[in-house]
Amino acid sequence: MKSKLFGTATIAALATVAAGTLPAMAQSPIKIGFVSTFSGPQAAIGEDMRRSVELAKEHLGGKMGGKPFEIVYEDDQFKPDVGKQKSEKLVQQDKVNFVTGYIWSNVLLASLKTVTDEGDTILISANAGPSQIAGDLCNKNFFSTSWQNDQTPMAMGEYLQSKGVKSLYLMAGNYAAGKDMLAGVKRTFKGQIIGEDLTKWPDQLDFSAELAKIRAAKPDGIFIFYPGAHGVQFLTQYAQAGLKGQIPLYQVFSIDAITLPLQKELALGTLGAQEWVNDLPNDANKKYVADFKKKHGVYPSYYGAQSYDAIMLIASAAEALKGDLSNKDKVRAEMKKANFKSLRGDFKYNTNQFPIQNFYIQEAVKDPEGMMTVKTIATAMKDAKDPFYEKCPMK
Amino acid sequence: MIAALRTPRGLITALVLLVLAVLPLLTQAFDQRYLLSIGTRIVIWSIAAVSLNMILGYGGLVSFGHAVFFGIGGYAVGILSAHGVSSGWIQWPVALIAATLWAALIGALSLRTRGLYFIMITLAFAQLVYYVGGGLEAYGADDGLNISRSRFPGLIDLRDKATFYWLCFAALCGTLWFCSRFANSRFGHVIRGAKSNDLRMTALGFPVFRYRLVAFTLSGTFGGLAGILLANEGAYISPAMMSWVKSGDLIVIVVLGGMGTLFGPLFGTIAFFVLEESLPPLLNLFAKGWGEYWQIVFGPMLILIALYARGGIDSLFGQRS
Amino acid sequence: MDYLLLQMLNGVQLGLLMFLLAAGLTLTFGIMDLVNLAHGSLYMMGAYIAWTMISWTDSFVLGALLALPVIFVLGLVVEAVVARRLYVRSHLDQVLATFGLILFFNELVRVIWGPAGKSIAVPAFLNRTVEILPGVPYPAYRFAIIVVGAAVAVLLAWLVARTRLGMLIRAGASNRRMIGALGVNIELLFSLVFGLGAVFAGLAGLMAAPITSVKIGMGDDILILAFVIIVIGGIGSIKGAFIAAMVVGQIDIVGRAFLPDLLKTFLSASAASSAAPAISQVLVYVVMAGVLVWRPTGLFGQRT
Repeated sequence: MKSKLFGTATIAALATVAAGTLPAMAQSPIKIGFVSTFSGPQAAIGEDMRRSVELAKEHLGGKMGGKPFEIVYEDDQFKPDVGKQKSEKLVQQDKVNFVTGYIWSNVLLASLKTVTDEGDTILISANAGPSQIAGDLCNKNFFSTSWQNDQTPMAMGEYLQSKGVKSLYLMAGNYAAGKDMLAGVKRTFKGQIIGEDLTKWPDQLDFSAELAKIRAAKPDGIFIFYPGAHGVQFLTQYAQAGLKGQIPLYQVFSIDAITLPLQKELALGTLGAQEWVNDLPNDANKKYVADFKKKHGVYPSYYGAQSYDAIMLIASAAEALKGDLSNKDKVRAEMKKANFKSLRGDFKYNTNQFPIQNFYIQEAVKDPEGMMTVKTIATAMKDAKDPFYEKCPMK
Repeated sequence: MIAALRTPRGLITALVLLVLAVLPLLTQAFDQRYLLSIGTRIVIWSIAAVSLNMILGYGGLVSFGHAVFFGIGGYAVGILSAHGVSSGWIQWPVALIAATLWAALIGALSLRTRGLYFIMITLAFAQLVYYVGGGLEAYGADDGLNISRSRFPGLIDLRDKATFYWLCFAALCGTLWFCSRFANSRFGHVIRGAKSNDLRMTALGFPVFRYRLVAFTLSGTFGGLAGILLANEGAYISPAMMSWVKSGDLIVIVVLGGMGTLFGPLFGTIAFFVLEESLPPLLNLFAKGWGEYWQIVFGPMLILIALYARGGIDSLFGQRS
Repeated sequence: MDYLLLQMLNGVQLGLLMFLLAAGLTLTFGIMDLVNLAHGSLYMMGAYIAWTMISWTDSFVLGALLALPVIFVLGLVVEAVVARRLYVRSHLDQVLATFGLILFFNELVRVIWGPAGKSIAVPAFLNRTVEILPGVPYPAYRFAIIVVGAAVAVLLAWLVARTRLGMLIRAGASNRRMIGALGVNIELLFSLVFGLGAVFAGLAGLMAAPITSVKIGMGDDILILAFVIIVIGGIGSIKGAFIAAMVVGQIDIVGRAFLPDLLKTFLSASAASSAAPAISQVLVYVVMAGVLVWRPTGLFGQRT
């Protein structure tokens, strides 16, 4: 028994060392670390991101700036401390040139300093956008290919304001991102907020009490933020309570390519806001969506599109520098140009290195083959900047 | 001391401690900085596991909320740091006192219950603090808060990885020393006696409740110490550090290593971290892509350990004398 | 008034669902002295197996009826392979082993059904609202949960109070050695009780599925709440579990539906709206801690 245990430890040590040294013997490729959630209930999001990264790799022919590149995927298990540990491993052991991914704000915040300060490595968030990093904590080594949390609900609020919606009932999970989302919609929607519920997170399964309150309050519309499985739950219960058709539902991050196969017809007609939609009419996007669908039989989500963009952003800098990434100042300067074909259309970087970009209103519909998807129906905001960039000391 | 080295257990223990003592030199020699990071976390978690073992292993009191002390120690440091109090001379004592007081309070309320009731009431109090932490918007709420490391001007610089590691290792040695004194004292014997039969100890005239309360409180103090170090290690605090999953992990570690043994929690922590780091790459060696499913192997492993390795890893090193 | 009634019904429905889960948990603990963390996994397996059966038969009722015996068998297998070996062990060994079971089942589901989760549609004949009072609509499916949950509770009460199996269960809960002395085939009894608990958990899972969606780890979230309920009620007591489940259901609804308004009577509106969700999140834990400080073995637990 004893020797067995030691045997395992030895193999483990060998495996770790082998994983660390073998690739280094090849002709020093560009290495990109990708931290996302690949296990547990949220693994579907990580899978969508990985598929998009692999597609980006395929579209680039496995090379950027004339050099081969490889992606090292790490699973954060949806836990900030694990995410930090994995980021540390990528920087210190795998010695990657870039770290990207990050679905969750808390995982990103836990990992940020390890990567950007201690490791002096460039981090590109492909999803999470907590306000701190857009403001005080902004960092020369941090870039975003997504958005700042407040922006998407701001776009939704702006649209509802312009459509003359008089009153809203707001609902979100009781956690940091949920509060950001409600704060965001309140920045732009000037009508009456008739009621507001922050529900237990993540363990609330039942929204009956809140739906009964909404029925009694009779608002013009309901605004929700319930990502992932909670979005499925909310929509189902909203329909079962007989509110669909009576009080319209508006959402951010609650109806997407990952949840739609579960929400099905219940989602039809629901409006939401997003910076990227699968039908945006630029060539890069058309190719991405078509190839993704052909390969996997489903639509990609914004998580995937933002991850694809992150790889393309890195590739643009590597191209411009002909694969020589040794001078970090030059790399950062190239990245800041955002000189690549983003799937959302071209954008510029703000001083805090978050995109200045458009936000669109999308509607859940059925495509000609009967598959659920979303389509663009309006532009809610043009060249929007996040509300925190002025707090960022970088100019 | 020398005689102890002749037993396999003594030899292995000495070897493990020796490797841990010189770890920064080894990782520097082999240019494996990441291994030092893992080592630091192992040492910090060991402190928490040893402190849990004081009540769980020796006392038979299954606390399902021990990670709360990670949180209390960590948040005390983090909150002070957020208000510009960066001196460790203030931060650390405040954090230790906070953890001690909270342990005394929940101990006084929880120790009236037994068995599953005790498991659940300690969980309840931990959840309470967890949600309070998630509601502290001034300190990042669920997103957590980036903090700077404690300062001990002129003495040591915690930003240096090796220095910080040695500090953690010294704290672990102190905790182990205290635990061994505790276990072999008259006080410890009462706690251990009450584990198997608290009615008899009460009948013998020992105030079992008060003894247990003191043990629970001390265990909380050392848990708080681990929290202080954990917050400094990551330069980050968040409610996730005290989620019930972490409390569960700590229990698993103590049982895995060997309950009621001095070095068991240390072995348990090492095994836990090594498994977590090595199972995914190992599985990938056998079948590409299966590394992500490592828990399908880890789960049954826990079952087998619970069923067949009753004394934990410590028992693999031969019978205790 | 209508609003109050509606909210109370919501609490009852939630409570009954929780009772189904708690009943099996309290039975296995009371009789076999087993802390079964994997009870939540059986809840999850119930939902996933039902999903497979429902897509296979294309009928909710038929699929659900087919799923229950499968879950019963699954319960027997888990009992025979793992649980049986744990009855005589310490609670800690049980926690460790059944925690291992949770990890195993969660990954197993991911391997078999994929990571994305599934959804079960409400059966067509229940996909409407019923008027419980004139002008007060209530989702028919939730009403059906109340009916089924209440029926199971009555069935269980009858089973425990009036049958030979129930007699043994009661005897086992109060004195484990006693039933051995009665010359009963204990192994069979234990298997049966475990299987029964699995069926209740699976039933709760498949009934909850159309409102909560089917996902990996769905049982872990709810498991802690089930433990809270059996601890408040007193471990081993079916009656206690029922009453505690009803109380917890109502507390939960009160916390969500009425607390914000209640707080507004003595706090500012903004303070109330930020304090209310925080308080409702911890309310059940506060209640449990309070009950245990007052009565260390729960409301209906045995005094030692």
